[in-house]
Amino acid sequence: MPLNENEFRPKIVAFCCNWCSYAGADLAGSSRLSYPADVKIIKVPCSCRVNPMFILRAFEKGADGVILCGCHPGDCHYSTGNYYARRRMTLLFSMLEYLGIEKGRTRVEWVSAAEGVKFSQTMNEFVETIRSLGKNVRLGDLRCKN
Amino acid sequence: MQELVTRAKELLKDGTVTRVLGWKNGDLSYNPEPAFFETEEALSDFVYNGFCGANLSKYMIEASKKEGKTLVFLKPCDSYSFNQLLKEHRVDREKAYIIGVGCKGKLDIEAIKKQGIKGIETIKGAEMTDACDTLEISTIYGDKTVSYDDVMLSRCYSCKGKEHVIFDEQMLESRDTATKGRFDEVEAIEKMSPEEKFEFFRKELSKCIRCNACRNVCPACSCRKCVFDSNKFDSAQKANVDTFQENMFHIIRAFHVAGRCTDCGECSRVCPQGIPLHLFNRKFIKDINEFYGDYVAGEDIDAEAPLTHFEFTDREPNEERG
Ligand code: SF4
Ligand code: SF4
Ligand code: FES
Repeated sequence: MPLNENEFRPKIVAFCCNWCSYAGADLAGSSRLSYPADVKIIKVPCSCRVNPMFILRAFEKGADGVILCGCHPGDCHYSTGNYYARRRMTLLFSMLEYLGIEKGRTRVEWVSAAEGVKFSQTMNEFVETIRSLGKNVRLGDLRCKN
Repeated sequence: MQELVTRAKELLKDGTVTRVLGWKNGDLSYNPEPAFFETEEALSDFVYNGFCGANLSKYMIEASKKEGKTLVFLKPCDSYSFNQLLKEHRVDREKAYIIGVGCKGKLDIEAIKKQGIKGIETIKGAEMTDACDTLEISTIYGDKTVSYDDVMLSRCYSCKGKEHVIFDEQMLESRDTATKGRFDEVEAIEKMSPEEKFEFFRKELSKCIRCNACRNVCPACSCRKCVFDSNKFDSAQKANVDTFQENMFHIIRAFHVAGRCTDCGECSRVCPQGIPLHLFNRKFIKDINEFYGDYVAGEDIDAEAPLTHFEFTDREPNEERG
């Protein structure tokens, strides 16, 4: 699908755990499954390495959507990291919504190393959601400094 | 109040405690401040009245490092903070002799001023009397009166309850002051549109002068090294070079104390800019209750803390609120 120049290209940050989701993204690539180039992947050792502040910082720096991908619950390579991440993200996303960041702009998805298809589908869907929400204009200037 | 002084003197005299942690009058009679008293004579400055909103539990961190026991007066809500500090191994139970003092709601001088009362000299009726009905205020413009119940700290209108969760003995009566639901304000914000929410918070947070008062008063914010301390010298220590931390100060801090905040309301009380900081903490408390079951930080020191614990069946972050 050719994109015209004026079309909105969202900035999307995807934190991917090294052991499952990053490998899933790799598989998507080697299986020639496409996902939009708007998704910038940041590899992390485990989903629970994602300090909630990373997400805040991504939004502050102008991300339109942030997604965290990790191993399926029960499959974390550090046994329980993703269970803790799940609680943290649940509370953080709810706080973001409370601050006016639409819920659709945040997402957690469990993607295994074998799920190249799921990875590509998830990213396509997420990008679609963000396109329909449009540019994120909130959080960058929460304290009116600019 | 006199009975508190008498009891404190007794405990000092018989050697049960080596010092007393309480309140004494500040420059103005309506802003008492936390104070340590080492001798019976010093206790003549002791006060306990409607303006003693300050939560003394955080001072027990330092007091726990001193020789001997400290007698500390804790209001019902303060006792939760102390218990939470105990859970986090920041205070020493053996070093504290706790008198749980009753509370009839604490007064908010800002609320009094908002009633149009300026130039205040003295306020009568703030003593812990049985009545707690009318405050007689003498000002440079003449005498005014105001009803006690109209000018309490906002936290007192949604008080968690008047039971002490930890004490060695209890003194003075309490009375119920809660007239509003604790989460009413949070719910009202949740109903706003994303634009309205953001504008509401931006308006409030833009007032912040980053004085750090909220952090310094917070019993949960007692990290030895805080992320907001910079290595700069002197007053430059306060200002963060990192704009991200500047911008997100309140949200970062709220997340740090999520699951540990006892909702004592001190942050909102001390903010010189009147920012309703408790709205962040209460949002986390409300969500934790809703998602993981009711949890009251500081109530039970053996309870599993919500953010260092999980269940296999926990909800997914994307799930819609049920
Ligand atoms: S007390 Fe108020 S003004 Fe001071 S840092 Fe906290 S929010 Fe900002
Ligand atoms: S803001 Fe965070 S790091 Fe600083 S004292 Fe509070 S909890 Fe600790
Ligand atoms: S290693 Fe993948 S989520 Fe922990």
